Amino acid sequence: MDFSDTQAEATFRKEVRAWIDEHAPQHLAESLAGSGFGSTQTGEFDPLEEAKKWQKIKADNGWACLQWPREYGGRGATPIESVIWNQEEGIYGRLSGTFIIGQGMCAPTMMAYASEEHKRRYLPKLASGEDVWCQLFSEPHGGSDLAGLRTKAEKEGDQWRINGQKIWTSGAQYSDYGILITRSDPDVAKHRGLTMFFLDMRSPGIDIRPIKQANGDSGFNEVYFENVLIPDHQRLGPVGDGWKVALTTLMNERLAIGGGIATGFPEIKELVDNLTIASGPAIDDPGVRSKLADWYAKSAGLKNTGARAISALSKGEVPGPENSIGKLVAGTMMQDIAKYALDLQGLAGLVTDPEIALSQAKIQAMLMRSPAVRIEGGTDQILRNIISERVLGLPEDMRADKGLPFNQIPSASSKGS
Amino acid sequence: MDFDFSNEDRMVQEQVRRYLQDQCQLNRHRSVLDGNETQALDVWQGLAAMGVQGTAISEDYGGVSAGYLPLCLAAKEIGAVLAPIPFSSSIYLAAEAISLFGSTAQKERFLTKLASGEIIATLALVEDHLEPSPSLLQTQFKNGVLTGSKMIVPHGMIANIAIVVASGDSGPQLVIADLTQVQRTPVQSVDPTLAAASLHFNKNSAAALGVAGKGWGQLQQLLHRAAVLFAFEQLGGAEQALNMAVAYAKERFAFGRPIGSFQALKHMMADMYVALKLAESNAYYAAWALENNAPDLNLAAATARVSATQAFQLCARDNIQIHGGMGFTWEFDCHLYYRRSNYLTLALGGLTVWENKLIEALPQAVA
Repeated sequence: MDFSDTQAEATFRKEVRAWIDEHAPQHLAESLAGSGFGSTQTGEFDPLEEAKKWQKIKADNGWACLQWPREYGGRGATPIESVIWNQEEGIYGRLSGTFIIGQGMCAPTMMAYASEEHKRRYLPKLASGEDVWCQLFSEPHGGSDLAGLRTKAEKEGDQWRINGQKIWTSGAQYSDYGILITRSDPDVAKHRGLTMFFLDMRSPGIDIRPIKQANGDSGFNEVYFENVLIPDHQRLGPVGDGWKVALTTLMNERLAIGGGIATGFPEIKELVDNLTIASGPAIDDPGVRSKLADWYAKSAGLKNTGARAISALSKGEVPGPENSIGKLVAGTMMQDIAKYALDLQGLAGLVTDPEIALSQAKIQAMLMRSPAVRIEGGTDQILRNIISERVLGLPEDMRADKGLPFNQIPSASSKGS
Repeated sequence: MDFDFSNEDRMVQEQVRRYLQDQCQLNRHRSVLDGNETQALDVWQGLAAMGVQGTAISEDYGGVSAGYLPLCLAAKEIGAVLAPIPFSSSIYLAAEAISLFGSTAQKERFLTKLASGEIIATLALVEDHLEPSPSLLQTQFKNGVLTGSKMIVPHGMIANIAIVVASGDSGPQLVIADLTQVQRTPVQSVDPTLAAASLHFNKNSAAALGVAGKGWGQLQQLLHRAAVLFAFEQLGGAEQALNMAVAYAKERFAFGRPIGSFQALKHMMADMYVALKLAESNAYYAAWALENNAPDLNLAAATARVSATQAFQLCARDNIQIHGGMGFTWEFDCHLYYRRSNYLTLALGGLTVWENKLIEALPQAVA
């Protein structure tokens, strides 16, 4: 066991640090450092443009998607080297949010299922940020019950005709490509009739509509498909095997979303270090100390759990469902922290004007964004099912749709008939 | 960077596990609980013969000099079977205190015998219902003799020596007391397997340990180091309690299905798993910090302690809940873990005390 750098790691860190010092967009440093949860601040500069610029410089110098093979635009680096890069990239890493879904979820799926020709064609531009990808999974009728999705794929010669609707698609409005899961056979059990594709988001028949969220932002979209055509060579995995392909994506989603996850601890620490309450400095209050200690222990636990996962990865072990704990812990924790931080301030805690509010209103942004953390990428309840069934080996819940052909599964619309 | 224990450390753990599975099933715990024996002293001797007590004790004093990492894993196994032996008191506390602060002569005299299992030792700190503090210490150490009482001393009924926290001429002082002539009364406690005692010192001779007047700081250093090892015992207990809950939920049927298929119960066990996983990761980091005397040892130890306490308390409590009525019987083993979880929580000061130590160790922001 050794938590220090080896000599080789120290050398690598030095090289990374020198390169970042020379090339990082330092004109954005102050804005990025002030970014609240769920938003990337770039001041007077356009966030997407700046994100793409930084990603391209990194890619041109071999610092994009470090762990990917070189032929796909990566560096062929070890997991530990990738961790070192992330540590050193620091606040500039906040610019990479735009690419997380593409690089963290779509790319592993492409690597596992796309043809060699497609991998060489699409992955390097995904690594360099020239292309942005999105993931078209959730539907109005298939969220937690993802396999209940209805978007239809019908084979016509050597292409597929797509009709239906996706929802909660992050970044669809500026994405160039997407991976799409569809129902290709409604006559078999729900998990068996699915097929996965990737497609050009500028294909005719796609209509993208932003969703106005509860916190007022619009990061998610509805995506409508009307007679959209996809060539068969863009199919990922065999026909009817889409569920297995989706599991590859989702496991990586939990890694991408769960790794180095925001918990709200630095924000609450900063607040109580500088806040005076009725009894004196907030940090001296026994109630505050107890809460803060609990949250510190949890956030340290997540960090150390992440470190162990990386260690296991570097020894060739496959990340398992135990990685589901990150988002499960962090989501509730962030919501609790935001609520408590506001409570310490009384009515003044409601103020969202960054000029007046403490901590530039970062806490209020957390309050309003954190409910989504507990839903996106697997709700708290689905994650607990995954832990109890796949880690602890507990029996499945009884399912009303077990073994039924998809088109005979009861739904709200069939209930009255 | 490597965030896992080595194969050598794991081999020590495996040896201890196998030995305890053979010699120290829960029936031994029950035998002590029912008063048939004070402790499983053959197990204490058996572990000593394997060198477990001496794992982190220097070779110069009869130990193995293998460091704290394998000792942490041994602690986890001891915690898993609730071994009714005076290991934590003798090794994590007393042997550690003597290793840290003892003179060469004291080390030669006591560490060799602790490593060989020849003597049992403990820490005598608590005098009343208040959290111990230097200003409240009543036990006096003057002119080489001790006077005063310690209310609850784990393994006090069977210990040969105690590290006593006393008030000396120039402030708090750690001392080593031979308990042969000291009056002891048994103390009933939530965990009856501790051979706990009240100790009454009446001008009993004792020897200073470490620097006069620096006793309180030394005690804090000792408690932080011991906290890491206690955390591993707590992990062992928490994991075992979760395993019991999962096994029972798979085999017990109600409403025509295994109760483990109900989400209300599954989600409870998922939360137990999450608490355990966080505690385990924090304990791993603390083990490294202890072995390497890292600058952030106090923070790492307090963090591991808080998480491990939370995990064992949750797992022991909800293990009873998942067993339903059977979990509240004397016959089922759930209450053994529940009792032990409370001892291990309070052994070094409760959760609030360690939450405070954690905050004290957190780097302060530059205001």
